[in-house]
Amino acid sequence: MEKQKALYEYVLRLADDSLILGHRVSEWCGHGPILEEDIALTNLALDLIGQATSLLNYAGELEGKGRDGDALAFLRYEREYKNLLLVEQTNGDFGKTIMRQFLFDAFRKPLFEKLQHSSDQHLAAIAEKSLKETKYHLKHTSEWVIRLGDGTEESHNRIQESLDALWKYTNEIFYKDDIDSVLISENIIPSSEEIKAEWTKTVNDVLEQATLTIPSNNWIQEGGRKGFHTEALGYLLAEMQYMQRAYPNMTW
Amino acid sequence: MEDKNILELERRFQEKIDNDIKIEPNDWMPDDYRQTLIRQISQHAHSEIVGMLPEGNWITRAPNLRRKAVLLAKVQDEAGHGLYLYSAAETLGADREETIDDLHSGKAKYSSIFNYPTLSWADMGAIGWLVDGAAIMNQVPLCRCSYGPYARAMVRVCKEESFHQRQGFEIIAHLAQGTPAQKEMAQDALNRFWWPALMMFGPNDAESKHTVQSMNWKIKRSTNDELRQLFVDVTVPQAEMIGLTIPDKDLKLNKETGHYETGEINWAEFWEVVKGNGPCNKERVDARRKAKEDGMWVREAALAFAEKRKNK
Repeated sequence: MEKQKALYEYVLRLADDSLILGHRVSEWCGHGPILEEDIALTNLALDLIGQATSLLNYAGELEGKGRDGDALAFLRYEREYKNLLLVEQTNGDFGKTIMRQFLFDAFRKPLFEKLQHSSDQHLAAIAEKSLKETKYHLKHTSEWVIRLGDGTEESHNRIQESLDALWKYTNEIFYKDDIDSVLISENIIPSSEEIKAEWTKTVNDVLEQATLTIPSNNWIQEGGRKGFHTEALGYLLAEMQYMQRAYPNMTW
Repeated sequence: MEDKNILELERRFQEKIDNDIKIEPNDWMPDDYRQTLIRQISQHAHSEIVGMLPEGNWITRAPNLRRKAVLLAKVQDEAGHGLYLYSAAETLGADREETIDDLHSGKAKYSSIFNYPTLSWADMGAIGWLVDGAAIMNQVPLCRCSYGPYARAMVRVCKEESFHQRQGFEIIAHLAQGTPAQKEMAQDALNRFWWPALMMFGPNDAESKHTVQSMNWKIKRSTNDELRQLFVDVTVPQAEMIGLTIPDKDLKLNKETGHYETGEINWAEFWEVVKGNGPCNKERVDARRKAKEDGMWVREAALAFAEKRKNK
């Protein structure tokens, strides 16, 4: 695979993770469990939508077909979205939202740490900016995982259940194919093994403090990176794309 | 003897007010002054929080990435305003938890405008332009309110509100200059939000039971009708500029006074919505109550965890 094409596909994956998760988290706005947390969740959503915007615009440039970030965000079909299955999962209760975010942040932080030294300048710049935000996200979600895990019996059971439900999607975080191989060889992205080691360490450490147990069921569910999604994504896209689909070819 | 003391305290209090010296949380104040402020500040806080819902309704359907981010930031600002205002009310001894319970039980009111539904994207424009625009008219004078913490909170709130007003106007102006479908959407939003926006200033001065005392205490610095007039005078030319029509066949400019005169506001509708009979009253309060109930286990866990760590 040619480098430019690989980079386009890779940036799209990163972008779609931010876009879809940002959309999910934004669903909380106005409904958070306490006012302070409502503000914090909205901040998370804002950061993710901001990352998605930078990444999608860059993907549009790399593709070179005249599509901008909005065209990529709102006018693709479901099969063309390349986000992780993890991030499209429905919000559930606050604990599930936090666990989903934590499992994601624990991956994004080491990833952006490496990507800020990417040989691709544009990607490096986006990673450097996003890293600052992601560090806060991981701190925030780690604290909540620990608080809920080691809080009351109810909160412990709830968040353990969320961990159990989401665990099967975590392996996909380290999915690797030709796209990755080409970019690793060009020093554009790090190897997923490096990231996985750090992710595992963070997850083990936080879950231990939270008195939570890593599920023994190791069934792996993946497909998002290739465009095969769960049933949850279609509804999300129907809502997100509503205006662009109902009123085509207009500016807003 | 005691009565004499109270009279003296009241005299000194009014003297401060008359000399534009701010009243601070630990200063002596008449109980009615305190209660009036608690009522007004908590209503204001509730309005910010309930006000997140009609706009929150469109975050997941915003038409592009920029609009989505701006709307998110805006609604987040409202949450921030709610937070300052609940804190300002706490300086008067109003417990935040109890204040919020009053909202959920229907005892406390919030601005009626948020009981109207948001039915199209153009409503995000109309709300920013008209609702935040009207809120600014109400709130700018509050920066000079006699109670220090409220006045200071309002300085920041007003800066953000003026940004909100501009973002709303930008949305609606863009639509008004867009395709026929977009223009129709913009006009429809103006038609639905114009009259409720005028009602935001409250009843006519003759009907407003709190105005006189609040003006003497400098909690309120202009009357409802004065502020409403100011809003109409500013907004009508803006509508003309972007080619939208104010839905009031009686609207005319009085050349002598230089002010616009509007048709009669439907006060029966206003009072029905205040009483709880608006299109979305139940949905709004139910949403707030649900957020609190669904979050109960989270708050309990946070408290239990903090307690455990303290004992470690």
